[in-house]
Amino acid sequence: MTTPAPQSDTDAAYAPVARRLLIPTWITIGILMVLPVALMAIYSFLTKEFRGGVIWDFTLDAYDQFFITRGLFGDEPAQIEWTYITIFWRSIWQAGLATILCLAIGFPTAWFIATRPAHTRGIWLFLITIPYWVNLLIRTVSLKFLIRDNGPLNESLMSIGLITDPLPLVNTNLAVQLGLFYSYLPFMVLPIYAAVERYNFTLSEAAADLYASRFATLREIVLPVVKPGIIAGCILVFVPSLGAFLAPDLLGGAKTFMIGSLIDEQFKGSQGNWPFGAAASMILMTLVMIVLLLYARAQTKGGAR
Amino acid sequence: MKGVRHYPGFLAITLGCLFILYAPLAVVAVYSFNDSPSITQWGGLSLRWYVDVFTGPESARFGQAAWNSLTIAFMAATTATAIATAAALAMIRGGPFRGKQASFALINLPLMVPEIVIAVATLIFFSTIGLTTGYLTILLAHITFCIPFAYLPLAARLQGIEGTYEQAARDLYATRWQGFRLILLPLMMPGLISGWLLAFIISLDDFIITNFVKGAGMETLPTAIFGSVKQGIKPNIMAISTLMLLVSIAFVTLSYLVNRKGRPVA
Repeated sequence: MTTPAPQSDTDAAYAPVARRLLIPTWITIGILMVLPVALMAIYSFLTKEFRGGVIWDFTLDAYDQFFITRGLFGDEPAQIEWTYITIFWRSIWQAGLATILCLAIGFPTAWFIATRPAHTRGIWLFLITIPYWVNLLIRTVSLKFLIRDNGPLNESLMSIGLITDPLPLVNTNLAVQLGLFYSYLPFMVLPIYAAVERYNFTLSEAAADLYASRFATLREIVLPVVKPGIIAGCILVFVPSLGAFLAPDLLGGAKTFMIGSLIDEQFKGSQGNWPFGAAASMILMTLVMIVLLLYARAQTKGGAR
Repeated sequence: MKGVRHYPGFLAITLGCLFILYAPLAVVAVYSFNDSPSITQWGGLSLRWYVDVFTGPESARFGQAAWNSLTIAFMAATTATAIATAAALAMIRGGPFRGKQASFALINLPLMVPEIVIAVATLIFFSTIGLTTGYLTILLAHITFCIPFAYLPLAARLQGIEGTYEQAARDLYATRWQGFRLILLPLMMPGLISGWLLAFIISLDDFIITNFVKGAGMETLPTAIFGSVKQGIKPNIMAISTLMLLVSIAFVTLSYLVNRKGRPVA
């Protein structure tokens, strides 16, 4: 199916009312999402009020606070403020590592499932997706319970004598990555599974006939063919990881502070700074949009389907 | 034939993957039956924390939170499914029309914007128009982000239904509404149910957006659990978690069965 089937009358039965049917969607998402995001963009240019609100005076203060420092008393020459850039950089790094972790485990899993006989694939997929349906907060709390200093993981490792002191896992970068991995793994497995399922295994057989080793086949033949699935999986894990709040907040500590917590803080109580929080959200959204645009471009370039 | 599909170690990784996914949930489920008030010591099997959930000192708070969560999820899922059904009819059966691309982007917008950004934007919006944060603001926010989740299974289902059934009905002088109600709607039902269940779970699951727009004193189950967990994981939280786990598994199993049952028809 390279060309879309000609529009027949039966496929367009709702054409006369199509736009009327979309009115509820336009109203709901338009008013409750597009308008708020536009308003947030405006807020990021307003002046903060000390009780946690805004004054309608336009200023670049929020972005200035994000990127530039002028010393404690504001009288030194302007320099780059690294505090927030570091938090963003750390978030990108954490999300990236979590994505790699998901890929390393998710690809073999997806491959394994896609090569099962057709009637058992559904069960395997079902097993992988169930945890995704379980409340994210509960999953994160459960993970924390398992890996905390005197939790079941450390207790059992100590009782079999593998370690003598509990592994300090909670409040580390590793715990946050593990939490992100645990949160979004199914997003990696499902698109790769879909790609591998469509993969034509005779290609692998041809490679094997020509004496390619298993891993040469994987590298040279399989990976290029299923690459769209891998990229889609990486985006689906990376993007929500970047703005994640629960995993860093519950599993991490002060040293693993990520964008989500930074934004959250700006809206809590009288200590908050709404314009700054709006500006940080705008910067986060810009980053995500850049990733999505790059993805869309790569797809249209390579997607001669 | 089988050789090229097999890679050594992939089975082990898959099993390891399932182990990592299920171990924390299993451990919490087991510890929820612990008789000891300490979360580290094992004190024998008991249902005391389940009793505590329904009768203990925190039962009123969690009861109210559960009621809020369930009623919001029910209304949000129902409204979102209705909106998504209309949208799916237009997008799949509407032929080409101006603004189709934009509509598609709009439906998927809640999936593309990071959750925390939606949370911030929604809070700013409600605060600007002067709507007091509480039950209503949570419900409005939930309806919005549930739309794409209700839409996806619905649209997939609708794509698999041939237009000829309805065409036949219209040839027999059925109105468009009759064709929809008597022919298309029953055929779409599995997709409709999956979409509704997915939206319900997504609403029940949400923490970040709810936490921003709930206002003081208003709690849903996730925000109530989060508040408790901040002071340490207590056994009653594990009992609540296990109950919610069971609800989730029941829902996903239901959705799976509905979808499978519906498949041969298409």
